[in-house]
Amino acid sequence: MQSFEYANPATLKEAFAALGSSWEDAAVLAGGTDLLSIMKDYVQSPKRVVNIKGIKELGGISRKGGSMRIGATTTLDELTSNAAIRSSYPGLVQAAMGVTSPQLRNMGTVAGDLCQRPRCWYFRRGFGLLAKGPNGEALVPTGENKFHAIFSNGPAYFVSASTLGPALVALGASVTIASASGNRSVSVEKFFVAPTGDGQREIDLKPNEIVTEILIPVPATKNATYEVRQRELVDWPLSAASVALRMNGNTVTSASIALGHVAPTIWRATQAEKMLVGKTITAETADAAGEAAVANATPLSGNKYKVQLTKVAVKRALLAAAGIKA
Amino acid sequence: MPEYKWPPMNKRKIMGQRLSRLDGPVKSAGRAKYPSDLNPQGLLQAAMLTAPYAHAKIKSIDTAAAKALPGVTAIRLFDKVAPGFEVQWAGQELALVSATSEEVARDAIRAIKIDWEILPHVVKDENLAKVGTRAKAAGEKVTGDPDKAYGEADVKLDSEYGIPVITHCCLEPHGQVIAWKGGDQIDYWPSTQAVSTVAGQLASLIGVPAGNINVTCDYMGGGFGSKFPPDPWGAESARLSKESGGRPVKFFLDRATELTIAGIRPSHFAKIKIGAKKDGTITSWMSDSWSSGGAGGGPATPIPYVFANIPNARINHASVSLNSGPQRAWRAPNHPQASFLTCSALTDLAAKLSMDPLALFMKNANLTLREATYTDQLKKAAELIDWKNKYHAPGEGKGSIRRGVGIGVATWGGGGHASKCKVILHPDGTVEVELGSQDLGTGNRTCISMVAAESLGLPMSAIKVKIGKNSYPASGPSGGSTTIGGVSTSTRKASLNALEKLFEKVAPALGTTADQLEAVDSRIQVKGNPNKAMSWKQAAQKMGPSPIEEMGENVPAQAAREGLNTLGAAGVQMAEVEVDTETGIVKMRKMVAVQDCGLVVNPKTAESQVFGACIMSICSALYEERVIDQVTGRVLNPDMEFYKLAGLPDIGEIVVHMDIQEVHDKRGVIGLGEPCAIGGTAAIANAVFNALGVRVPMVPVTADRVLNALGNKRYA
Ligand SMILES: Cc1cc2nc3c(=O)[nH]c(=O)nc-3n(C[C@H](O)[C@H](O)[C@H](O)COP(=O)(O)OP(=O)(O)OC[C@H]3O[C@@H](n4cnc5c(N)ncnc54)[C@H](O)[C@@H]3O)c2cc1C
Ligand code: SF4
Repeated sequence: MQSFEYANPATLKEAFAALGSSWEDAAVLAGGTDLLSIMKDYVQSPKRVVNIKGIKELGGISRKGGSMRIGATTTLDELTSNAAIRSSYPGLVQAAMGVTSPQLRNMGTVAGDLCQRPRCWYFRRGFGLLAKGPNGEALVPTGENKFHAIFSNGPAYFVSASTLGPALVALGASVTIASASGNRSVSVEKFFVAPTGDGQREIDLKPNEIVTEILIPVPATKNATYEVRQRELVDWPLSAASVALRMNGNTVTSASIALGHVAPTIWRATQAEKMLVGKTITAETADAAGEAAVANATPLSGNKYKVQLTKVAVKRALLAAAGIKA
Repeated sequence: MPEYKWPPMNKRKIMGQRLSRLDGPVKSAGRAKYPSDLNPQGLLQAAMLTAPYAHAKIKSIDTAAAKALPGVTAIRLFDKVAPGFEVQWAGQELALVSATSEEVARDAIRAIKIDWEILPHVVKDENLAKVGTRAKAAGEKVTGDPDKAYGEADVKLDSEYGIPVITHCCLEPHGQVIAWKGGDQIDYWPSTQAVSTVAGQLASLIGVPAGNINVTCDYMGGGFGSKFPPDPWGAESARLSKESGGRPVKFFLDRATELTIAGIRPSHFAKIKIGAKKDGTITSWMSDSWSSGGAGGGPATPIPYVFANIPNARINHASVSLNSGPQRAWRAPNHPQASFLTCSALTDLAAKLSMDPLALFMKNANLTLREATYTDQLKKAAELIDWKNKYHAPGEGKGSIRRGVGIGVATWGGGGHASKCKVILHPDGTVEVELGSQDLGTGNRTCISMVAAESLGLPMSAIKVKIGKNSYPASGPSGGSTTIGGVSTSTRKASLNALEKLFEKVAPALGTTADQLEAVDSRIQVKGNPNKAMSWKQAAQKMGPSPIEEMGENVPAQAAREGLNTLGAAGVQMAEVEVDTETGIVKMRKMVAVQDCGLVVNPKTAESQVFGACIMSICSALYEERVIDQVTGRVLNPDMEFYKLAGLPDIGEIVVHMDIQEVHDKRGVIGLGEPCAIGGTAAIANAVFNALGVRVPMVPVTADRVLNALGNKRYA
């Protein structure tokens, strides 16, 4: 990797001073599980690396008003061992446990999970986020796309890598983003954006900003996450669904269904959400919701199978949330 | 001359015991120094520039900026790399730079400027029709009258299967530390499978006398057939060292380069037709196969595999050259692929016959070279996997999760390689055993110690085994499963030769002649008479001041006569899988491996070999595949993330049955590394077929392939 300066701020203020106005100037370092490998591959070569793990206020899990606050540098391991999180947000814990490597859960942070770069193999080999060939042609639609998006009309075909993303979107969470000029709040759903041109990023974050916390509304829901993975050993989901249901007795009053690893963003299955309102979760309604979730899929040459996987993920997540054995 | 033959099975004291490997503790404590762990004084680091295109011509090359970087000590271009040179695959070696740190070396290779003219490439071979002139017919072999026999067959199978390129994926990548010192003396620490031959090869590449090159490789982290030669980067690292004033240079491939150019297992594809009688007797075979191992084309596909004596057969093969990294021997070259192609076709034939494939394999065991052995092994494996209860008609079952069982078979040679061993008995009673051999992690060191201890009547703790240096007597490279046969024979002979000399020295004191003595339990005694004995230590003192040094040699041509080692290993593996038919995800439940390999020196390390081989089979059956991009010609998954290997939770239960019996034992020692790495892939693919009733024609059997094969078929 390219040599770089290292900053180790103790406060947010110092951190802002160390960040720059372009992505080439500086990068935030949290657990480093993604940043270091992407720097070693020269996909990103920041001049300065700013370690935020020394900033105390970025850690911790606590109640904050009507929300549960998860500090940005909370590790996946801290998240999954927190009793309050475990009891209210099993869907989030299931998602984090899906990172089946204890080493990664020990080092990886919650904000790092949301901010990690896509794993698209063209991007990681240096062909850019929009993966273009020598003549500027899009490589993904006719290339090796079995792990790529089934909900996208281009020009971005990568899938969002974040495993926590779908769970947080389903739970209606938001992120707080801070910079020298103040704080702003963005829903996790809107935090993910599909780039449309070269040089754009896949998240709503500027080079001089830091994600400080994640806020999850407290009124609890029945929630669950189901991920389809090829291997048990640490592996990226082929498709994932997180659901959060508000119930009146056995009747669904509202549903949120968020899909991961199927689009450049976290994909809301709005049709499926609507059709579940007023229904009871059964094998049949869950199956129909799965069907509705993928109705508008536009798979590529090599990933039609992901449509089926997504349908099954939605069905199984719904059944799990409702406590029904598949 | 001593009687070299092995002591009878029931008389052995050390050989045949389940012993843990001697180097287990240092390895698990992290104290074992692999070549890539070595950092001698004054070390320089090297980095390699490789081609970014699969087929392209160099228009110009400029290393000035790289040379000018502070810390760079030398730059070498690889052989022929100059304007006009055409690279034939992405990842091909271009330049090697040494520098005071790895960072500087990496910066330097990025500072080398090359202008390219991009040329058309071919990198895909699944579809023979699309490779054009890259396919070369490799000739036709005909036995009997295949067309007539197929025409007259009661049942006909006509099917197609494929197994893609996989890589060796050595955990310790290829590379070395090397120092070219004054007087052309070279210290060379390669990660190698060939301690005794690699110096000679390096010598001819760099033009120094072979005797000036000191090779040391105490431990190495996996080769699987890909680590015999010094490699071009070994030679250039040596030259970098010379040009840097003799400072040692360390160069190991990075993970991406390791998976791109340091060896692949060729792909094999085949269209297969089989004709059979109603009772399952196979009467004809016709196959059109093709394979690719990179720019040099692909090897022949040895099919029909194991069931080789089908009376009517036509075999056609095409070799396909691709713009991709070159093949190297991969644990049983071409056998796992041939086993997969053949056993898949036989299993599908059984389905057409409405026959249990186990019955079909048994029925046709006469088409193999070892009918009795395969019949026995099929029975034993069936018992271990509970075939009787687990097998069902293909696709039969309830629910969306389906289980199935399948079979794969194997054959291999494995006779001992040429090997020399020196046994040194010191007057102080200590013993050294020296061989220019290597331990790839197989337990070779441990087995040598066991053979020496058994032969000298001493405990293993009394023996110092010295391997891993070319200054020791030459022993063959570890390839073709030839090591154990070679080293056990040479060690046995050297031990007994040394013992004979010792007997001559002590016989007078015991009032007898040398031929009346034996070495038992750390004593030298008159045969069968513990009362006329002296301790090993007392005996050693009779030597006088000079140690006894005796050689022993395995000469492959004499092996059959001596009977210490032989060749010919058969194996049967069976697998049980579970398939989630909604997601296409396959999980291993169980795998059984029945393996004959003659006299087993150490059942524990032997079983470890088989466990490892089963895991490799699971990897290639379910996960492993090199993915190359059509447009850019680049390998897209040269990493451990999308080049997937099985982890502990993915392997299920593995049961190994070493077929240890007097009849096999009498044959002598046979190599094991490869035969056990053959049948597993076929067994798993066939288990998936049994679970689904639908053939997934390509491995690895990933979710996409399963769901594509199922089409609209639903299971409930
Ligand atoms: C082999 C492997 C398998 C993996 N499998 C999975 C998986 O299945 N699912 C999954 O979701 N993840 C997976 N990961 C990724 C890993 O879990 C996440 O990358 C991890 O949570 C990232 O956290 P980190 O703290 O290490 O991030 P870092 O590597 O430190 O940072 C990642 C990115 O986020 C930015 N960043 C980090 N924190 C902040 C912040 N507070 N504000 C602004 N920017 C920030 C960094 O600048 C960088 O660009 C895997 C990683 C590896 C290596
Ligand atoms: S393979 Fe295991 S031990 Fe080795 S670096 Fe990775 S996590 Fe650590």
